[in-house]
Amino acid sequence: MTSVVVIGVGNAYRGDDAAGREVARLVQERVPEGLEVVVCELEPTRLIDAWDGAEAAFVIDAVSSGAEPGTVHRFDATNEPLASREFRSSTHALGIGETVELARALGRLPARLIVFGVEGESFGSGTELSGPARTGVERAVELVLEEAGCTTRP
Amino acid sequence: MSTPTRRTIKTDYLARVEGEGAMSVRLVDGKVEEVELRIFEPPRFFEALLRGRSFLEAPDITARICGICPVAYQMSSVQAMEDACGVEVSEPIRALRRLLYCGEWIESHALHVYMLHAPDFLGYDGAVEMAREHPDVVQRGLALKKTGNEVMALVGGREVHPVNVRVGGFYRAPSRQELRGLVEPLERAREAALETVRWTAGFDFPERAVDCELVALDEPGTYAIDQGRIKSDRGLEIAPSEYDDHFFEEHVARSNALHSRRLGGGAYLCGPLARFALGADRLSPLALEAAREAGLESPCRDAFRSIVVRSVELVYACDEALRLIAAYEEPDAPAVAVEPRAGVGYGATEAPRGLLYHRYELDADGTILDAKIVPPTSQNQLAIEEDLRHVVDRYQELPDDELRHVCEQAIRNFDPCISCATHFLDLEIERA
Repeated sequence: MTSVVVIGVGNAYRGDDAAGREVARLVQERVPEGLEVVVCELEPTRLIDAWDGAEAAFVIDAVSSGAEPGTVHRFDATNEPLASREFRSSTHALGIGETVELARALGRLPARLIVFGVEGESFGSGTELSGPARTGVERAVELVLEEAGCTTRP
Repeated sequence: MSTPTRRTIKTDYLARVEGEGAMSVRLVDGKVEEVELRIFEPPRFFEALLRGRSFLEAPDITARICGICPVAYQMSSVQAMEDACGVEVSEPIRALRRLLYCGEWIESHALHVYMLHAPDFLGYDGAVEMAREHPDVVQRGLALKKTGNEVMALVGGREVHPVNVRVGGFYRAPSRQELRGLVEPLERAREAALETVRWTAGFDFPERAVDCELVALDEPGTYAIDQGRIKSDRGLEIAPSEYDDHFFEEHVARSNALHSRRLGGGAYLCGPLARFALGADRLSPLALEAAREAGLESPCRDAFRSIVVRSVELVYACDEALRLIAAYEEPDAPAVAVEPRAGVGYGATEAPRGLLYHRYELDADGTILDAKIVPPTSQNQLAIEEDLRHVVDRYQELPDDELRHVCEQAIRNFDPCISCATHFLDLEIERA
């Protein structure tokens, strides 16, 4: 498989947590062909299956790191972990950081893995993105398309 | 636009909803004064969201409550709606629902046993560290989980939030031919599940008995999953419609969360230990044999051994899925017609982590007037806190970091749904 896959993760019902999903949705809308787009919850086997064997994978998730809401973080996970110790402390599910490292340990990472984090403002229950997150989503879409070598359709 | 930077990212990069799965402990003069587990409770938001919506929307809306156990929410909600409307589904539809549910048990139990719980026993920080040294074991867990996902994708139409479930049945029933495609992966999964039982049975278990009442569904002749009466090991036996007469939720001081209690009683526990205590004799012969070989006796009250019980349930879910596929007859119609009527309906099913109760009040045109959803974690919360109280008491001399780890381990025994979007357990310790 030689492909480029765009994976948007997040919970559609937790406000800005859905930012990554929205980025993937918009990428698909603007570039309907040539990219595989996956929108999913954070589900380890799904993520690993989605990027395993791909030439490049772009994963977009919402983050809450204390930066200005709407900021887009970029992280190249191809050769170094984005997990910190804190990531493993979930009692219920695996985070992205852990999923990346799990795939690395099992030799199931794509040739290139870029993770974008859209800084969210509000993660309360709801289905609306905040204004700053919306701005971040737009910026992340541009960045993904740029790195994936796609030209944006107006 | 500024250049994106990664230097701003610290330890909590990609953390989402920090602080919602949190625990606080108050120690005064070496005595545990208070242990509080704060659990994010998405059902509250969904209960409000459901009011005013059509009864037909409930399975799709409630499936969104949890990314790990959406089928449980769908199954309890359709059962409640059919109860309210006085409809019974046909046997093939019921069998398909049970098959879908088996898929969810497989994927959820595989995730918990392999990725979350086993590393505690083997001394690893997490699944990643375990994968570096035991890649084959972790691949086996992922393969099991994937098989569960495949069952959900075929029967449910999608693996994370199935879209094929509706009040009255399914939008589309799979053909026998399609289901046959699951046989081989499920047979492999069943072998992997048997290996899982042998593997987990060999772990070292610190003794940790829970002494509260055990509550689970009970159905004659089978290991209850998708329907049944609510029973306990202390003599309770009621229909789901009587749930509110025997269980209640109360607000607890210092917390916004609701705690479930037995009326006139205290904490109770749902989930694998409760199911195994009440229904072990109705497991399939293969699952029973696996339990026996693992040295499991029913009832098992050891919270740490819940990992072995979950593994036995993995064997059962694979076995049961294969049985259902072999016996499957395509239904005449994928769904029965359900006409709304004014009334109240009740649903109770066994989510992977325990009893999931739904109650809806409908008006004559099927509009939802009121909804009540009590997930297993809310029901188990008090029992988990009681257990943590003992754990903190016993290990209070440990430094905060180590104490946090011991508490996390103890919490993981119960596989709680702290939140589907939360990756942190914050531990605050007040040592007065």
